[in-house]
Amino acid sequence: MAGVTDAELQAMTQEERVNALGLTTEQLFGRSLLIEFNPDEEERYTYPWAPDVFYNKRIEIDTDGLTTTELNEKMRSAMAEGNGTIVIKNPRGMHSVGVGILNRLTLEVEGSLGYFAVGLIDGPNVRIKGRVGWSCGENMMSGTVVIEKNAGSTFGAAIRGGDLVCRGSVGSRTGIDMKGGTIIVGGDTGALSGFMMQRGRMIVCGNAGKNLGDSMYDGTIFIGGDIQSLGVDAVHAELTDLDKAWLTRKLQQYELMPEKGVDHFHKIVAGKQLWNYDNLEPNEKKLIL
Amino acid sequence: MCGIAGLIHKGKRSNVGSEMTAMLQALKHRGPDSTGFAVYGEPTAGDYIMRVKCAEREDMESGRGFVEVLEKRIEDVEALLKEHKATVKAKEQATAYALRYLISHDGDTEDMARHIEELEGVEILSMGNGLELIKDLGDATVVSETYGLGDFQGTHGIGHTRMATESDVDIRSAHPYWAFPYNDVSVVHNGQITNYWIQRRQMEHKGHRFMSNCDSELLAVYTADNLANGVSLEDSLRKSIEEIDGVFTYLVATKDQLGMAKDTMAAKPLVLYESDDLIAMASEEVAIRAILPEEIDTTDPYDEEVRVWQA
Repeated sequence: MAGVTDAELQAMTQEERVNALGLTTEQLFGRSLLIEFNPDEEERYTYPWAPDVFYNKRIEIDTDGLTTTELNEKMRSAMAEGNGTIVIKNPRGMHSVGVGILNRLTLEVEGSLGYFAVGLIDGPNVRIKGRVGWSCGENMMSGTVVIEKNAGSTFGAAIRGGDLVCRGSVGSRTGIDMKGGTIIVGGDTGALSGFMMQRGRMIVCGNAGKNLGDSMYDGTIFIGGDIQSLGVDAVHAELTDLDKAWLTRKLQQYELMPEKGVDHFHKIVAGKQLWNYDNLEPNEKKLIL
Repeated sequence: MCGIAGLIHKGKRSNVGSEMTAMLQALKHRGPDSTGFAVYGEPTAGDYIMRVKCAEREDMESGRGFVEVLEKRIEDVEALLKEHKATVKAKEQATAYALRYLISHDGDTEDMARHIEELEGVEILSMGNGLELIKDLGDATVVSETYGLGDFQGTHGIGHTRMATESDVDIRSAHPYWAFPYNDVSVVHNGQITNYWIQRRQMEHKGHRFMSNCDSELLAVYTADNLANGVSLEDSLRKSIEEIDGVFTYLVATKDQLGMAKDTMAAKPLVLYESDDLIAMASEEVAIRAILPEEIDTTDPYDEEVRVWQA
């Protein structure tokens, strides 16, 4: 926010800092709403402690013999020194790599990662040449992540922004609780994908497992193949020209455009028939039930 | 949490002992309480390998007097082998309480096994022509070194690193479980069985024995019951998805097969690598990469998926 210096932010508690950055403006109009990034105010889009990096300054890190903590510390040191391109070699399924990177960065992973890869990121562009385990990109806020092979379950759980792309197939519960951004899957996705989805869009070029979009609040899921079954309150919707244009743009961007185009995609949205879709406060609900 | 791993070589033998050790050591963080191996070597024609545990680790710390108790138990086991006309061809003792017997026996092995397990504190960990079932407290490296698994040659194996949640930290609750009395059948499991007591009572009514209160033992007994009724391994795995409640991914190995099943929610992980001559699977890819450091293609089996591979 305007008027707050880096030194002041550093001295604040986490709660004070969040408020000062305008991340929690609660406005009580009958229901509690959370307003993020008020467009009327001057915004601060970088974190005060995020290092300035230069994309043409490149470093390679070989993970052989390193623990996860040592690797992540090396990456942070490299970014603090201004390296804007980091290449990770020989990760061999290592867990929790590249979590919580809040600055611009080109991260290239020459191999496969394990669980919780590049979660909580805000800004980096990541390319992983192998596969990833469970919970890749969990809670990511912005940036792009492209995985060349397959991914495990809970791919993009609670993602808030950015593009999370897997060229292969992903496991179950893809995009569970997603709150924004875009998840793109070149292959198939497993059961309960889009479970409790709140916002954002998901594209799956292949098939979807059972209970797709179960209990989704909002958001949109596009499926190019067969859907084993829809979950509670997930319904088909008409694929509009706007949807087709957006699908085409996104899939072309990541070179995942199916040969037969996008006209065959199913569009799944929330039916909004669940009990919590009314305008009643909890106390009012108790009175009438 | 627990970690499970398995591998099977198609049509060839390999150093399965060291491979399983490397895989399970990579999964140590998923379960530091105990580690277990079920590895399958060259079948012993007509002979049986019997692995027996005559005490728990905690018993060993109960005082000097226990040494005599332990010696008596071992004497009783060997007396019963003799009574059932089993000839002991070789005897090995990796720890004071864990013994391996190579025996020849023409009679009813189930009857003999039941008789031996009537001895207080004695549990047969496994019996079979190729199966060697080893489990103890500690990580994979410690257990493997203690039991001399490093040079073990075989075709396939499964293993487990346990984080105790439903029962005690002891050997009886460690995996793998032998599917008593089925020779050469073993099971490892990651998850929680929520209809354990209902299923256990049903199995007990059918005459099956339980040696622990660990819910995973049910899967071994359940598999044994199915096999006893002529159900194939693959059908048993499929039936379990309908009949066993809870979250589970489990592996079953027989003398020449390795199978896997995932529950209807696919809530427990498994990463699978398949090539023409090797199938490897584990809770995490990092375990597979412990034996295959080069870049490989792996997949996650989906919910309700059942697979069986032949050695």
